[in-house]
Amino acid sequence: MNAPGWILVILQTGLVVLAAPLYAGWIKRVKALLQNRTPPPYLQPYRDLRKLFAKEIVLAETTSAIFRIAPYIVLGAAVLAMSVVPLIALDLPVTAVADAVVLVGLLALGRFFLALAGLDAGTVFGGMGASREMMVASLAEPAMLMVIFTLAMVASSTNLSTVIMHTLITPLALRPSVIFALIALVMVAIAETGRIPVDNPATHLELTMIHEAMILEYSGRHLAMMELAAQLKLLLYSVLIVNLFFPWGMALTQAPASVEIAMAAIFAKLAILGTLLAIGETAVAKMRVFRVPTFLAIAFTVALVGMLSFIILEAG
Amino acid sequence: MQQYSQLPLIEQAILTLAAMILASSLALLAQSRVVATIRLFAWQGVLLAVITALVALDIGDAQLLISALLTLSLKALFIPWLLVRQARLLNILKDSDASIRPGLILLMGGALVVFCYSVVQPIEVFAASVTRNAVALSLAVVMLSMLMLITRRKAVTQVVAFMALENGLFFAAVTTTQGMPLVVELGVAFDVMVAAVIFGVFFFQIRDSIGSLDIDELVRLSESGE
Repeated sequence: MNAPGWILVILQTGLVVLAAPLYAGWIKRVKALLQNRTPPPYLQPYRDLRKLFAKEIVLAETTSAIFRIAPYIVLGAAVLAMSVVPLIALDLPVTAVADAVVLVGLLALGRFFLALAGLDAGTVFGGMGASREMMVASLAEPAMLMVIFTLAMVASSTNLSTVIMHTLITPLALRPSVIFALIALVMVAIAETGRIPVDNPATHLELTMIHEAMILEYSGRHLAMMELAAQLKLLLYSVLIVNLFFPWGMALTQAPASVEIAMAAIFAKLAILGTLLAIGETAVAKMRVFRVPTFLAIAFTVALVGMLSFIILEAG
Repeated sequence: MQQYSQLPLIEQAILTLAAMILASSLALLAQSRVVATIRLFAWQGVLLAVITALVALDIGDAQLLISALLTLSLKALFIPWLLVRQARLLNILKDSDASIRPGLILLMGGALVVFCYSVVQPIEVFAASVTRNAVALSLAVVMLSMLMLITRRKAVTQVVAFMALENGLFFAAVTTTQGMPLVVELGVAFDVMVAAVIFGVFFFQIRDSIGSLDIDELVRLSESGE
């Protein structure tokens, strides 16, 4: 057994779970500053979660056991998915399962239970949110897989660590396929994490909400877990974007020095990406729900163009 | 075949721009607003001019640089300007024009690109330059423009589609044969310019005779011509 490696894995996963509210809070802060509002303090998301964890749980009479176990499964799938994604070091014991298709599967598992929980209480909003979430997911997943296939063809592997390693060790090339894959992944990430212009995470407006509609019936500890899972998902997509496309600075070995550099690098990269996301959310208006399929069809086409340009232009 | 990552940077840039032209074609296909369509067409012209200039630098051909300049001035500046001006005069600048859902058309466009790639494969062997892989893309740009022609109803966007088709043909010429002789190039450029002007006159004629620029109105035969 590779004991230091496993310690690093546990450390990395724990760090990510702790950092997820901070990242969401960072985006909120930048947004507030851009919109001339007083920003919430950095610790605000943690305070919210602590408050929710301390509150009692109110269960609707119509709910079944699924409603109660769903938060655990959703959060568990998110944490597991997060531990699979290479964050700071590449040479870890989990790299064997760090497969992109596994990752998509884990995300789908979490989403499936999220939608079930939304349906379980039998309220109108829950069902509406669940059906919208599944609509978005059914269109975003093919685009996501197309992005992954493009990267997999470039690196000849669907393993995330191998893909990143391939980018790090081969000479830097201007690849059209990777550029299109990046654009498509950003679009998929926006749709999947429910950010503007697909969904607005800051509002409970009946007509437009997707994610908020599903977790409307939750309270107390369950709600805190759902919120944390959503924040983790946001961080996960952000880490995927920065590490798959801008992996420079990641630790190739488990040496403490390179791990420290990698930590600093990932913090800097995420801070930049978070700022860009906040700027984008400030500049763009939310689109109508019925425009979302078009948005995702565009994402799919961009990913398809990426894959085709690899086959046509790069594979020779 | 050389490894892609060992190609010189300029050739990588050419291929990247070629992929971006394909993307701009698909974007044209999905875009429904008149003004945005014209703007996208202008950007496609810019991309085409840059790619022509890069090919010219890569093979050291001064004539190709001239045709790059010609492309920039004509397709990226003059024709879009003319179209925007006419659209403003006809008061249709903000109109939207889409008969089928853009998502569906995009997927059809994707299938068309795959089709073009499989058609072009046997021909590609004969083209010897670095840009030979872009032949499939240029054919795809032509086909996508044709798809755009048949999915649009407004005359202005159809003209844009027609001009984009010409872009595709020019792109094919640049990628397969490193550009046509300058005389031919100048002649074609002049033709396109004249065509743009004549189309402009036609817009007004069509609107005056049927009261709108919707081509679907033209399917009915009318004898009196009221």
